[in-house]
Amino acid sequence: MKLYCLSGHPTLPCNVLKFKSTTIMLDCGLDITASLYFLPLPLVHSPRLSKLPGWVSKDGAVNLEKELKECSGRVFVDSQPEFCLPERELLDLSTIDVILISNYHCMMALPYITENTGFTGTVYATEPTLQIGRLLMEELVAFMERVPKAHTATCWKNKDIQKLLPAPLKDVVDVCSWRRCYSMLEVNSALSKVQLVGYSQKVELFGAVQVSPLSSGYSLGSSNWIIQSHYEKVSYVSGSSLLTTHPQPMDQSSLKNSDVLILTGLTQIPTANPDGMLGEFCSNLSMTIRAGGNVLVPCYSSGVIYDLLECLYQFMDSANLGNTPFYFISPVANSSLEFSQIFAEWLCQNKQSKVYLPEPPFPHAELIQTNKLKHYPSIHGDFSSEFRQPCVVFTGHPSLRFGDVVHFMELWGKSSLNTIIFTEPDFSYLEALAPYQPLAMKCVYCPIDTRLNFHQVSKLLKEIQPLHVVCPEPYTQPPPAQPHRTDLMLELQPAPMAYRRCSVLGLPFRRRYERIHLLPELAKSLVLSEMKTGVSVATVSAVLHSKDNKHVLQPVVKPAPVPPSKKRKRVTEDPPEVLDPKPLLTGAVPLEPFLALLHKNGIMEVKVEETSGGHILHLQAEDVLIQLEEEGTHIICDHNESLRTALRDLVLRFLHKL
Amino acid sequence: MPEIKVTPLGAGQDVGRSCILVSIGGKNIMLDCGMHMGYNDDRRFPDFSYITQNGRLTEFLDCVIISHFHLDHCGALPYMSEMVGYDGPIYMTHPTKAICPILLEDFRKITVDKKGETNFFTAQMIKDCMKKVVPLNLHQTVQVDEELEIKAYYAGHVLGAAMVQIKVGLESVVYTGDYNMTPDRHLGAAWIDKCRPDILISESTYATTIRDSKRCRERDFLKKVHETVERGGKVLIPVFALGRAQELCILLETFWERMNLKAPIYFSTGLTEKANNYYKLFITWTNQKIRKTFVQRNMFEFKHIKAFDRSYADNPGPMVVFATPGMLHAGQSLHIFKKWAGNEKNMVIMPGYCVQGTVGHKILNGQKKLEMEGRSTLDVKLQVEYMSFSAHADAKGIMQLIRMAEPRNMLLVHGEAKKMEFLKDKIEQEFNISCFMPANGETTTIVTNPNVPVDISLNLLKREMALGGPLPDSKRPRTMRGTLIMKDNSLRLVSPEQALKELGLSEHQLRFTCRVQLHDSHSDSETLGRIYTYLKSALKNYGVQHLPDGTVIVESIVIKVTSSPEEPNLKVILLSWSYQDEELGSFLSTLLKKGLPS
Repeated sequence: MKLYCLSGHPTLPCNVLKFKSTTIMLDCGLDITASLYFLPLPLVHSPRLSKLPGWVSKDGAVNLEKELKECSGRVFVDSQPEFCLPERELLDLSTIDVILISNYHCMMALPYITENTGFTGTVYATEPTLQIGRLLMEELVAFMERVPKAHTATCWKNKDIQKLLPAPLKDVVDVCSWRRCYSMLEVNSALSKVQLVGYSQKVELFGAVQVSPLSSGYSLGSSNWIIQSHYEKVSYVSGSSLLTTHPQPMDQSSLKNSDVLILTGLTQIPTANPDGMLGEFCSNLSMTIRAGGNVLVPCYSSGVIYDLLECLYQFMDSANLGNTPFYFISPVANSSLEFSQIFAEWLCQNKQSKVYLPEPPFPHAELIQTNKLKHYPSIHGDFSSEFRQPCVVFTGHPSLRFGDVVHFMELWGKSSLNTIIFTEPDFSYLEALAPYQPLAMKCVYCPIDTRLNFHQVSKLLKEIQPLHVVCPEPYTQPPPAQPHRTDLMLELQPAPMAYRRCSVLGLPFRRRYERIHLLPELAKSLVLSEMKTGVSVATVSAVLHSKDNKHVLQPVVKPAPVPPSKKRKRVTEDPPEVLDPKPLLTGAVPLEPFLALLHKNGIMEVKVEETSGGHILHLQAEDVLIQLEEEGTHIICDHNESLRTALRDLVLRFLHKL
Repeated sequence: MPEIKVTPLGAGQDVGRSCILVSIGGKNIMLDCGMHMGYNDDRRFPDFSYITQNGRLTEFLDCVIISHFHLDHCGALPYMSEMVGYDGPIYMTHPTKAICPILLEDFRKITVDKKGETNFFTAQMIKDCMKKVVPLNLHQTVQVDEELEIKAYYAGHVLGAAMVQIKVGLESVVYTGDYNMTPDRHLGAAWIDKCRPDILISESTYATTIRDSKRCRERDFLKKVHETVERGGKVLIPVFALGRAQELCILLETFWERMNLKAPIYFSTGLTEKANNYYKLFITWTNQKIRKTFVQRNMFEFKHIKAFDRSYADNPGPMVVFATPGMLHAGQSLHIFKKWAGNEKNMVIMPGYCVQGTVGHKILNGQKKLEMEGRSTLDVKLQVEYMSFSAHADAKGIMQLIRMAEPRNMLLVHGEAKKMEFLKDKIEQEFNISCFMPANGETTTIVTNPNVPVDISLNLLKREMALGGPLPDSKRPRTMRGTLIMKDNSLRLVSPEQALKELGLSEHQLRFTCRVQLHDSHSDSETLGRIYTYLKSALKNYGVQHLPDGTVIVESIVIKVTSSPEEPNLKVILLSWSYQDEELGSFLSTLLKKGLPS
């Protein structure tokens, strides 16, 4: 059993597990942080961004003024933003049988894996994961296609040129594997390969392995996966949460008794408490609004935003700011809000019970009805005429490199009245802001990451006790910025097996058994004999049938006796068919009872001679020698075949067959 | 011998009060707990005294599963759990859990408040009963206890309807509830995987019907409604608030829109909006098309269909009214029916099945005079139409489901005996499986004979698969030998050698030696050479070897030749073999005793 690690990113994993005869990909996260090296894509013509000077090396030897622009004291790539893909060279992607998706954030690289790679397998995901994952992909594609770039920068990626570039561009690794965004065509084709599964559904793969998703508590439809056979169990934990937010709580007990637990997707901000962050968010929000400024919240279109809207709704009312309009701007804003209301089965108890009334599970339905929350596909169209200030705008993309958020940065960045509040933990906010400096707008960093922290995970692992833990390397050491915080790492016995991008780990498994079925007729024919107290054995002769990795033992069917043919009279001279092996014998033949048995069978004259290992019996009338020893019996009989077989059967009476 | 027992307490050769007991692997499960619309006395509910004469049912049942929210499948639930007494888990899907208490409360109100019956379950009992409900998700494997697991499949029929698979070890039963094998305007088609249950318990409402295409039925329905409205008549469509009603509303809504019709369409009960809300929130349970487009246009927001008020019934001019309940046995639909029955311009369209004893059943049978309460009679002059819109599988659909699930036995419920008989013959002929149709209180027992699961050592399995080759030779199947060890309730199959080792036993060698004398004038080694040549040709399928140390080996049998210097032509052939080669050793000694061929 092996694990191929195609991504080293702890929260955007992409691993491939070879288990029995199956090849299973676990998630395919897409690292979008690569886009931070690119210039933002403005929706509206930006005089500032269009007049940036091109970059030429100091000695003038390298001239990349078309590809690289100097902006806010740094050099950015002027091209459509690109993403860092999972490793595609480590193994042949066409050999992958199935892909298991744990949540919608971890499937964004799917089209790169399933399209144009020869992939013919199946992707398994829950319905909310598929639907919201589709929305996020659609959004990404829309963000890119709305602002087409005429040129694609490629020269800077040349290894010889890259090392001459200023930091941080010269230090970026794997730039050759960076790719532009996929198309809607590829998204649709990739998603058509998804097969829906429900929590605790058991899915058989080729009869060899069973996989099953479990609620992970992190987002709508998010799951951990159990991959098991009858004897081995691998748990894949990815993006799990124990906080009470909107999703169904995490199923922890089903992870018990794992041989191997692959642990990914812990919180990226282990030092920040989500509740504290929310409080800070609210106080900054009310301060800004009261001062007449606007609040910009760069965020994903699904996930924490549902909880944010719910909390803010209550907070704004209590803070007497109930009339401040909320705007949610995204090509998929409407769909995301609508979809969130129809997945009652995947929500926490509290929200689930609302549907029974019947009421929508999330209060944003009411916000929309009362016009407190308005959603628009983009800043163009109705929004530009309807929006009033001060207001709160939720919009993407949190990288600040593309999407409607770019426009608001240009629009509001110059005023110190406005505030940008970062809630998504995926991007360094300073990096994200780099091309907009200098900024007058206030910047607040309130990352809300509900995923497990180190304290929670060590408690969880104590509870479920996996034999071995596999995790990304960063989890095995304290954060680089806080080397003394040994509480922010995994300390386990035995030590976790760490992986990085391109690692291939051999997982410590010794498979010893496989499930087989005995047909009832066979089972009935077996004769059990007790060898020791509580231990019985039976010899089994059977025919093995293996199909689709399922094994069945059937009784041996004796071939019908061949009718005696007239041509061949010397039937007896035919050698016996190649016969089945005989059972092994065990036990011993005790002297006195054996002699008694011989006597009973008419053999009277027996001369017994003691030897070092046992006895030699001389059957004088028959001229037969029988050597009886602890480990064996030897019958020497020359002439009388029927006598020999009779003696054989008498000896066998004392022995056990195995 | 393991067996599965199935006893219908209701719906055995009958439609109504579905309630089926299943005993499987020592577990007892109640499937559905419905009431009978055709009775007002004790026969209304299943006879739970069959399970136990005195006391509560909790200790006799491991779980109760409700397939969908129709009252003939869940109407007796509060009676069973609160009045007879059952505290174990009750499983149903989320939509069923949401809608079922509303229908139960409706039913209770009609029975107690309108008809003044006492000794009936109360509103509080419905609430207490619903607290025992555990929601089921589709395809989720729910572990009721260590051994018993259940899994729900999509059944179509109504929102949230499910088929359930019940499994204990290797034995399983599938119960279909009511299902529909063709997608309709708001629901998808039932689906199940090839789960090969020991018994498939199927409804058989339309056992003998093969319905024409849905499209024709819809066209017919629209034509009849249209014609009646055109000539100024009123159309009454008795429905249940949830289910068919939504499908027909979608149908009329789109037709009104397309034809630009003006006649009002009303929906009778206060449930309308609420009902439609359920559909909106449980949109994942509707069909593909509605789910795909719900963000742009929610199919359950109707423009042309408005809420009905009692007073509208006397308004002049054409109108279409959807009114509950669907079998005209009580409530608003019956009230409107009485008002409109006298006018031949009007029409009543019965879109579903009506059980015996209801007004719906009577008028469908052509009865023109109805006896009403208080000895009055009602003349039925309006046109009576029956449109089979109720979403049950027809004969073709039932056969299709059998093909999907591949059951070993079939058991029919929820249908009329005569029709079942016909279908039973058909199933037995076409699929060559036994088909049962027990009456209420009658038990069907099926012997299951399951395989016995065993842990085989991987070494043994791999060795065997390598020896046997990829494809077994059916003419000469290889026999595998192993030792089954039973210890602490585990069954393991290992090689005999491993078994010896594990049990701490040593092997007992049983050997045989046989000396055969023959005359041969050659030297010893030449004689051995002749033996080798002879055996090589005689034993084609065996490994025969001539070793340089002066022995011939056949499999593990050792053959040597000696002679004494006194009589060099009298050779003694020494054969020695172990018990493992007994047959071959015996054969060889007999063969060599006959001498060598010259």
